[in-house]
Amino acid sequence: MKVAISSVGNSPDAKLDSRFGRCSYFVIYDTETAATEYIPNTNKDNIEGCGPASVQFVASKGVIKIVSGEFGAKVKAISDSLQIQLIVLKDQEKTISEIIQMLNH
Amino acid sequence: MPRPKRIRKMNNPPHFKGFRPIGLPEENNPVVINFEEYEAIRLSDFEFNGHVEAAKIMGVSRPTYTRIYESARRKVAQAFVLGKAIVFEGGKVYFDSEWYSCNTCGCWFNHPAKEEEIKNCTLCGSTNIVQYDETKLQSKTEEICVCPKCGNEKVHSKETPCKDEICSACNCQMVRKGAPHHQGVKNNNCN
Repeated sequence: MKVAISSVGNSPDAKLDSRFGRCSYFVIYDTETAATEYIPNTNKDNIEGCGPASVQFVASKGVIKIVSGEFGAKVKAISDSLQIQLIVLKDQEKTISEIIQMLNH
Repeated sequence: MPRPKRIRKMNNPPHFKGFRPIGLPEENNPVVINFEEYEAIRLSDFEFNGHVEAAKIMGVSRPTYTRIYESARRKVAQAFVLGKAIVFEGGKVYFDSEWYSCNTCGCWFNHPAKEEEIKNCTLCGSTNIVQYDETKLQSKTEEICVCPKCGNEKVHSKETPCKDEICSACNCQMVRKGAPHHQGVKNNNCN
């Protein structure tokens, strides 16, 4: 199962990005192989439609869960029709490694 | 160019793909029922909602809902009379899902796959989760009965309407605070 996490940097110590569509990096974590992949967000500087574009992008990677601080209004409808689960984590001090640890419960 | 279709909301997608008539050879042009049409039949004929309420649930106007529903009924009739198979496919819909919050890690998450029951937080695995309920939040905002004469206030109780409450100070009939009626009787005497 693959999980996407929005991140401010490309290291395990980077913090969770509070925004999904305009985050700096996507961390794609595979719970079975425990592999992580850091992908820079190319949609970051779009004028609009960052959220839907980002959902399509992570969906193409086979992600079924997304962890972020906040999601925009357009994201919910698209993620629902793609059957992607959204997880809103308000605690922005959490680092990527901490979130990965929580996912391995 | 026609106006683009507004995206329709669906609460319960069907968990099977369609129907086949019994005792007929396999035919390859089935009747295609859109998800929105399935949802219209479900809302009207299974949950017995009126068209106005059902339209609100699906996020479309009442006339649009009636059109969707009529098209759905015609397709069902066509399949029944001609002995055609029915498949559920397509339509401009999105699937709505319910939100849950976890008390251990403080996260919120939704649940797109309705069929499976959810017991654990997807993030931390704790079982201490609650479903987010909009109706509960609405009832939390306090309603107050107010006396139009002396301004005496009292917390509204669900059992008795405000107009049946009597002000303890001046024996006046009370009204709901902030309601249009409250504005109307504000400067009047007791009725």
